[in-house]
Amino acid sequence: MTEFPRDAILVVVEVQGSGGLEQAAAGLLGAAAAVGTPVALVLTPPGAGSAAAAEAAVLGAARVLIVETTDPSVLGVPSVDALFAAVERVRPDAILISHSLDGRDLAGRYAARSRAAVCADAVGVARDEEGVVAHHSVYGGAYNVTSASTFGAPVITVRQGSIEARATAQPEESETLAVTPSEKPAARIDSFEEEVGASSRPELRGAAKVVAGGRGFGSQEQFALVGQLADTLGAAVGASRAAVDAGYVPQSHQVGQTGVSVSSQLYVALGISGAIQHRAGMQTSKMIVAVNKDSDAPIFEIADFGVVGDLFKVVPQLISALQARKKQ
Amino acid sequence: MKIVVLVKVVPDTYGDRKLNLETGLADREASEAVVDEIGERALELALSYADANEGTEVVLLTLAPEGATATIRKGLAMGAGSAIHVSDQGLRGADLGLTAGTLAAAIRRLEFDLVITGNISTDGSGGMIPAMLAELLDVPHATGLSSVEISDGVVSGSRPVESGVQQVSANLPAVISITEALPSGRFPNFKGIMAAKKKPLEVLTLSDLGIIADDPEAASSIMLTVTEKPPRAAGVKIIDEGDAGEKLADFLVENRLA
Ligand SMILES: Cc1cc2nc3c(=O)[nH]c(=O)nc-3n(C[C@H](O)[C@H](O)[C@H](O)COP(=O)(O)OP(=O)(O)OC[C@H]3O[C@@H](n4cnc5c(N)ncnc54)[C@H](O)[C@@H]3O)c2cc1C
Ligand SMILES: Nc1ncnc2c1ncn2[C@@H]1O[C@H](COP(=O)(O)O)[C@@H](O)[C@H]1O
Repeated sequence: MTEFPRDAILVVVEVQGSGGLEQAAAGLLGAAAAVGTPVALVLTPPGAGSAAAAEAAVLGAARVLIVETTDPSVLGVPSVDALFAAVERVRPDAILISHSLDGRDLAGRYAARSRAAVCADAVGVARDEEGVVAHHSVYGGAYNVTSASTFGAPVITVRQGSIEARATAQPEESETLAVTPSEKPAARIDSFEEEVGASSRPELRGAAKVVAGGRGFGSQEQFALVGQLADTLGAAVGASRAAVDAGYVPQSHQVGQTGVSVSSQLYVALGISGAIQHRAGMQTSKMIVAVNKDSDAPIFEIADFGVVGDLFKVVPQLISALQARKKQ
Repeated sequence: MKIVVLVKVVPDTYGDRKLNLETGLADREASEAVVDEIGERALELALSYADANEGTEVVLLTLAPEGATATIRKGLAMGAGSAIHVSDQGLRGADLGLTAGTLAAAIRRLEFDLVITGNISTDGSGGMIPAMLAELLDVPHATGLSSVEISDGVVSGSRPVESGVQQVSANLPAVISITEALPSGRFPNFKGIMAAKKKPLEVLTLSDLGIIADDPEAASSIMLTVTEKPPRAAGVKIIDEGDAGEKLADFLVENRLA
């Protein structure tokens, strides 16, 4: 066993459902490569380790530690035990984990166990003389904050879709990591229903373009217009909480304070009033377009191009105009 | 059954939330302090279980600055039986580690069956306190639940994750966190508001809990810099005269966005 690089950044990536590495893996390894040598800890169901390790190397991991869970029905605790063992082995300068639900649980439990500092919901990482620092976008992008650990490697959770940098592929160098189970009490995963990637549309998190709809659509059937414009533009579909609450679209599409935060090149808000909590999740987008029939709707305060009008008239006309221009 | 509900007092998301650029701490003058909406949903879950199961005790727990008492009373008025307010100068600007350690110490004093928290707070966006508590209390965590069933000795529910939905269950005692898919909090009625005045509200300090704020053994997260971004300005606003879709298409094409 060779030594690990002195500037190792430990990146934790999990295998999702029946598929490959979690979506966030490329961004996490990209962020790690910018501040040190990425070492991946891949957590997989039994038998999936070598495929996942190869995938991690392609995404830029210089070294890979593989841990195949013995009992995939145990929630969370085995990942914490694995991370504990990996840190002992690698002695990294920082630990990067996705700010997903499982990632937050892992980061939180690990930090509590090892008394490490956590820098939560980072949108970037950098290095100064003292070590790795995290960049955060706070209160809906109104503030930029940097944070660091007083000592020791910080546990940094990275907001999904926030990192554009990608690392260059590395030759695979992997090993299996032995883990001593902590035997801590854990919840059980009794069953799992996988969501098959039904849509060919881009993922909302990290999307370059987003078309979002609100309560103004009035029904689930009419909300389909959002998807039509999204497909015309090659955009992801977003929604306000009111649209989610009304059942027009699943919660995973919610943009805002308690939903997904996006910083897209283009954000199109249709029939969305622009409540402060919605703006908190999209106001850092480069170009904001809004269609709303109420000229006093707060969304217009931040829109680069606002249309006061009925979305049922404006949006179909926009779609055919865009299609006509494509044909030219 | 004893249920401990954790609520966080946060700057109202409807207001103009500000950070002090010198200290990096929330500017408490700038906006009203309220119970985080997700905390009210957590309390609602406990209260609806208590409504249906006699002998359920619901304890509200918050770690917040001194002035938060009025906000905590609201939780008592909604129906919690008692409240614990942890407040100490040493907790100013507490990071997640110190917050979790302090809350865990307060929970340990109670013989709890279930701890219910929100999945993520609107001011910190950390979403880690529940898992940290589970680790410190040595109990299972079942986080991010979009539906919950509490039965004798077991809590279970749906847990939406990236790739699908898990059905999870944990033996009690356990820590769970819930999402905003759960029902919103009930409004306190007049009777509740009157009753709240007589309900026990215990105020605890760090020394009551045996916690040292700057324990040299524990690393903490510190804020290095804080800068404010200039607010966004409004651009063009047109009123549809029958051709707004065309104009919008032109705008997108000109800006190479279509
Ligand atoms: C703690 C907390 C967290 C929250 N988190 C989020 C969040 O993450 N995301 C979020 O979105 N909200 C969130 N909210 C809710 C937020 O306050 C608003 O209630 C919500 O954003 C409103 O959604 P909306 O704009 O679709 O609906 P509405 O406010 O009802 O607006 C609908 C708009 O559609 C327009 N309209 C109607 N018909 C037409 C038409 N034919 N053509 C054009 N325009 C039309 C109307 O003029 C109106 O402006 C949160 C609230 C709280 C308290
Ligand atoms: N200071 C606090 N006092 C009480 N509960 C808290 C506090 N901080 C966090 N919590 C609980 O933990 C949940 C998640 O918060 P967080 O991990 O900070 O995003 C909140 O919804 C609360 O239930």
